[in-house]
Amino acid sequence: MKRFSWFNATALSFGFAFLYIPMIVLVVYSFNESRLVTVWAGFSTKWYAELFRDQAFLDAAWVTLRVAFFSSTIATVLGTMAAHAIVRAGRFPGRTLFSGMIYAPLVMPEVITGLSLLLLFIGLGIDRGVLTVVLAHTTFAMCYVSVVVSSRLATFDTALEEAARDLGATPFQAFRLVTLPIIAPAVISGWLLAFTLSLDDLVIASFTTGPGATTLPIKIFSAVRLGVSPQINALSTLLIVAVSVGVITASLVTKRNAVRRAREERAADQLA
Amino acid sequence: MAQTVFAPWNDPEEKPLIQFRNVTKRFGDFTAIDRLTQDIYAREFFALLGPSGCGKTTLMRMLAGFERPTEGQILLGGQDLSQIPANQRSVNMMFQSYALFPHLTVWDNIAFGLKRAKKPKAEIEARVKEMLRLTRLEQFASRKPHQISGGQRQRVALARSLARAPKLLLLDEPLGALDKKLREETQFELMDIQEKTGTTFIIVTHDQEEAMTVASRVAVMDHGRIVQVDTPDRIYEAPNSVYVADFIGDVNLFHGVAKSRAERAPAPAARPLPEPETPEAEDALREMQEEAARKPQPTALGMALHDKVLAPIVGKWLDQQPKALPMPDPAPATGVTEAAAPAPVRTPDAPQASASTPTAATQPPAIPPGGLEIHWHAGQPPLVASNGPEALAGRNVVLSLRPEKISISKERPTAANVLQGKVIDIAYLGNISTYYVKLADGTMVKAQAANTRRISRRGITWEDTVWLSFTATAGVVLEDDT
Repeated sequence: MKRFSWFNATALSFGFAFLYIPMIVLVVYSFNESRLVTVWAGFSTKWYAELFRDQAFLDAAWVTLRVAFFSSTIATVLGTMAAHAIVRAGRFPGRTLFSGMIYAPLVMPEVITGLSLLLLFIGLGIDRGVLTVVLAHTTFAMCYVSVVVSSRLATFDTALEEAARDLGATPFQAFRLVTLPIIAPAVISGWLLAFTLSLDDLVIASFTTGPGATTLPIKIFSAVRLGVSPQINALSTLLIVAVSVGVITASLVTKRNAVRRAREERAADQLA
Repeated sequence: MAQTVFAPWNDPEEKPLIQFRNVTKRFGDFTAIDRLTQDIYAREFFALLGPSGCGKTTLMRMLAGFERPTEGQILLGGQDLSQIPANQRSVNMMFQSYALFPHLTVWDNIAFGLKRAKKPKAEIEARVKEMLRLTRLEQFASRKPHQISGGQRQRVALARSLARAPKLLLLDEPLGALDKKLREETQFELMDIQEKTGTTFIIVTHDQEEAMTVASRVAVMDHGRIVQVDTPDRIYEAPNSVYVADFIGDVNLFHGVAKSRAERAPAPAARPLPEPETPEAEDALREMQEEAARKPQPTALGMALHDKVLAPIVGKWLDQQPKALPMPDPAPATGVTEAAAPAPVRTPDAPQASASTPTAATQPPAIPPGGLEIHWHAGQPPLVASNGPEALAGRNVVLSLRPEKISISKERPTAANVLQGKVIDIAYLGNISTYYVKLADGTMVKAQAANTRRISRRGITWEDTVWLSFTATAGVVLEDDT
């Protein structure tokens, strides 16, 4: 299995090239001296400095972060509740329909989700702005959260909840004191997923946004239509760095915990 | 010796702690519990024993409040449980998987139930400490469940479920995850803790040895019904059905037709005896005849009076041979009129095999009167079971016989029942050996003997022709319901 072969090496290089060359190009050109994106004129960090002086970008970034934070938080609460209901409620009439309806937005074209939300907000007479984007993002992020959380709950030992109730906990206490702490990693990764989805969503945001609620993807998209500026490259590089740091830290922490746990279990067995 | 036997189920004054009244539980089309009625008393250690899928776990989950009966009532201390949710019942459960909270320390696991009950902090601390001491876990209080061993986890689970001092503790296969040695130790620990705390325990298990060891009463379940409830020794020695006999322990089952033994006839001539079919049977039958002729017998009226009226109340005294543990000797003192037969002399060279030596043949074995004889195979002598209920005469019956009640010897012993066969297999288990003996007609019979001697001194080996013998009360006659 582990033997080196030219075929494997080639396939792997092509795969990685396909995935990462666009990003590498983007990162490299964010340090370009020249204003022209395709012409290398020497190393410089001036576009980063410029980026932080551009109030419009900073505003958009702030809007995006707020939207992402609130929508992912609400989506996590709702998605976790929905997942718990589906996994724990056992058989009830219409269970398949209910769970299907939660997962449907996963495969629904974003354009349709965006359009239907737009029509709903207009119908209800809600002014479009940060609130509508938050609601829209919550709607589509919720199903991702419930997928992540319900796959964790499916392997969760029901006896733990029963034990909590047996020891006098109300169903809500059992969830808060036992289930939630145990499934917390899944809930957190659901939240992170929702946060990321909200950060980079363009389609639904552009349907439901209004004046004063321009998110970063909308801003980038409209800026690019006027011509790609190295500022955008710098911004994208920052996003890539942020995401990579987050992912790497999370995996390192998980791995360290797993190793420590395994060691402690071995120690406990030897001690017995 | 003056210690009173714990048997509240025999006391009509005693109020049961738990009452199942006609409880039925269905899951869709499947009936898990079928019209079950059973009382369980305070301080009992009650075992639910049965194969998987017999409904024992469902029964327990209904007590804990995780399932609701489809029909019928469950009462705890006279109070109907159906409207009380699981978290408000004075019932705690120890789960098969232990269900320890992995994110909490041992201390917090034990304190969990006390905190839910909103006890003052000092009281919680004192109680947790007490539980830790009871289960010898003091030094592990700050560990997490994955940092302790399986046996310690089991004790944490026990401490946690006992911390709230429930009226009733449910144990769902509590020792299933432990290895054999630890399991045996823990069984005694459980009994000890049960006695110390005075809590009523209900244990669910499929391990019959475990049930027999720990329980004051054992309920054998099958298909959602309780087949028999009794003390462990009665379950083993006096099963009420072939199912129970076969489920508990090892057993030989002889299927046959029962005939009443006409020992009450004034003369042996009047007794219709089957033609002896083998020389061995001839001997046994002749002994029986002589025996019956020598004894004064109660009249039919006296016998009926004894069987129907007095025996159910004061017990049988016309058949005083202990039913529970028959003597290995073929000549125990029996009957009201017969003098105790002297114990046969054991020669050092006749080890675990039947104690009867050739000299004993001069004293015909005392076969208690009454009961049945079972015609089970043409070419084999009928089996005598003096403890068989006469109501079964003429019916298809099964004689259930524990292997350890069968003696195996090389010389023909004098006993109520003697069969000849050939040793096919020997299972050497260390303390005992089980001999698989094939009779002339092909029936396989298991006989057990304690290995009181070192292996080199034991006389019986493969392919040996041996004699199997057992007393007239060694087996239990059951109706053949198969």
